[in-house]
Amino acid sequence: MAIPLQYNIRNLKLRKSATVMTALGIALTVTTAIFIMALLAGLNAAFHGSGDPLNVLVLRKGATAEMAAGGIDRDALPIMKDLPGVARDPQGQPLVSGEDLLVIVLPRNDGTGDANVTVRFMTPIGMEMRPEVKLVSGRWFTPGQREVVVSNSVHKRFSQASVGDQMWIGKGSWNVVGIFDSRGSAHDSEIWGDINQLAADFDRSTYSSVLIRATDPVSADALKNRVSDDQRLKLQGLLETEYWSKQTSSGAPIKFVGTIVAIIMAIGSCFAAMNTMYAAVAYRSREIATLRVIGFSRPSILTSFVFESVLLSLLGAIVGILLMLPFNGMTTGTSNPVTFSEAVFSLQMTPAVLGTAVLFALIMGLFGGIAPAWHAARREILASLRE
Amino acid sequence: MTLFSFMRKNAFRNKRRSLLTLLSIGFSLLLLTVMMTIWHAFYNDQGSAESAERLIVRHKVSLAQFLPISYRESIRSIPGVRNVVNETWFGGQYKDDKPENFFAQFGTDPNEIFDVQRDFHIPPDQLDAWKHDRAGCVVDAQLAQKHGWQIGDRINIKGTIFPFDLELTLRGIFTAPQNTETLYFNNTYFDEGYPRVKGLVGFFGVLADSPGSVPIIAKTIDTQFRNSDWPTKSESEKAFNLDWIAMMGNVKAFILSICAAVVFATLLVSANTMAMSIRERTREVALLKTLGFTRATVLGLFMSESITLAALGGLLGALAASGLIFLIAHSSAAAFLFTNMKASLPTILAAVGVGAAVGVVSSFVPAYNASRRNIVEGLRHIG
Repeated sequence: MAIPLQYNIRNLKLRKSATVMTALGIALTVTTAIFIMALLAGLNAAFHGSGDPLNVLVLRKGATAEMAAGGIDRDALPIMKDLPGVARDPQGQPLVSGEDLLVIVLPRNDGTGDANVTVRFMTPIGMEMRPEVKLVSGRWFTPGQREVVVSNSVHKRFSQASVGDQMWIGKGSWNVVGIFDSRGSAHDSEIWGDINQLAADFDRSTYSSVLIRATDPVSADALKNRVSDDQRLKLQGLLETEYWSKQTSSGAPIKFVGTIVAIIMAIGSCFAAMNTMYAAVAYRSREIATLRVIGFSRPSILTSFVFESVLLSLLGAIVGILLMLPFNGMTTGTSNPVTFSEAVFSLQMTPAVLGTAVLFALIMGLFGGIAPAWHAARREILASLRE
Repeated sequence: MTLFSFMRKNAFRNKRRSLLTLLSIGFSLLLLTVMMTIWHAFYNDQGSAESAERLIVRHKVSLAQFLPISYRESIRSIPGVRNVVNETWFGGQYKDDKPENFFAQFGTDPNEIFDVQRDFHIPPDQLDAWKHDRAGCVVDAQLAQKHGWQIGDRINIKGTIFPFDLELTLRGIFTAPQNTETLYFNNTYFDEGYPRVKGLVGFFGVLADSPGSVPIIAKTIDTQFRNSDWPTKSESEKAFNLDWIAMMGNVKAFILSICAAVVFATLLVSANTMAMSIRERTREVALLKTLGFTRATVLGLFMSESITLAALGGLLGALAASGLIFLIAHSSAAAFLFTNMKASLPTILAAVGVGAAVGVVSSFVPAYNASRRNIVEGLRHIG
């Protein structure tokens, strides 16, 4: 027969200070783990959630990023527009967008110095191809004007990035006329402007990348191969979604340090939980013997104590989650190692992160509880009663 | 029995509890030591004396933007400048795109690079061989060892930023004070293979005649080029490295918050142990007081017990951390920022100090309460 759960809850309540201190210790470990996982989840969401599966991104052969030197000759654009399988907008324009990227320096809002931000120059066709990006205030840039729109994250993290501000890009200043939001995609780290205005500043004969919208997934695949195989073009095509997924490498240092930190803290907490549980067992040795005399079996005592430890760690997990909740959605940035510019992302406490955190705490409780519980179950009844 | 041995015996009276506490505190302070070491390496380490004499001049916007090679002679004519060398980040792939095969490749001028990087040493005959081979290269000794390269080996690097691959021959191996994970190749080869960058370079390394003239030189350079098409940002090598770290994100806040969590967790563990241990001994305390030990002695006894445990935990943690840091620094998965890390003696002492402080704070309240307890009540206590 199992010992009622109520017994464990009452015991935890009885030894309040020990329970609170152990649970808080576990909570701190859980908080750290959630913090690191939420960072990685946010970073993953920014990159994996970016791109449309129907879009094919074209880069110069051998390039791994849009920023690579020696891009795509402008003459290649008409060739791509005529490829079969290219979608057209209601006006009959082929959905092919030649784009140019530039990096500029903006001062951070929080006074931690400057950071590099990517500016994407394109025509209205390019904006049409990214319907997930919505305007939140102001208006879109007008073609033919020195105007830019900034993402919400850039607006929040940098000074000089509000509607009405001016920023220095290339060889002149540009007016900020609007703020957009792309719901956590990689475009949230960008500023957008008109490509023909940029051409006036720089004598650029190439595009950094070209984006092509296919009519359906099969044509997307075909287009990708056709671009890569075309001998005239010397280009490579890849699905936009694939491209952004590859960029997640910027999370590697966080992942490396974070995993070590979480594991070490977890081991420390495990020992602390073990200590508390051993004390609980020692404190209640007569009680345990009494339970045995009443007829509870060794396995049920073992289960009961493991359960108590798990309960303790669950309490810690809940406190840990509550401690981290205020930080959910906080935006931060890291450098994209390929473009040297800032990749903005937010802390995301996704259900998966929370689930993993709870599981993490359960494992700590299990490891911390099993030895003391084993010890409790193995005790000789008579010896314990005499203590 | 002296008070000291009494304290020592008590600290380990419950061996299992003491061991678990030691381990728990040890692991937490291990983490603290690692974090302090990273902090130290990033922010406190001033670098070598040679490094203090060097500046990096790059495009104001970013390293990804080029500067004209003509700047080299303009910079050279600035008073206080001894040597100037151009360097260009190639960022190619060796073998595959796995991070462990990644290392830095710079196109540079073989005639001057080792004059600027005075703390790098290369045998003169090898340097000479490199100077005479346009497709030659030199690598860091530790990098050569990692990949098993010998002089005369072919090293092929696939261009990703540039549409151009390097086919190099290893001509020399240099030693540096720290692992630099760097390969230098002749920039002329780059200019010829990819004419679009001809006359353009990534950044300049400048050697000043003394550390004191570094800020003045930096200012002179930036003022000189401020209104040109290629404005510059000049800073000391140390400041340049800090810029790299800042790019990873708010590293300072990250490290500090982890340290705070760790110290607080240690405090909880230690306080819990002491509370348990003192509660157990309520009757003993009463007995001690009956025998004539003062409150202060009792307080001191308990507190020194806790300090011993926590400081010992700190020492264990710090020693384990030194080992772990050594492993991280020498593992292939480590990013280049971690390769030069080493736990220093002050850091280890700091970890022990934090342990001792945690011992004081965590034991004061329970020890104070125990020392104040009424003797009769204490003797009656059943626990």
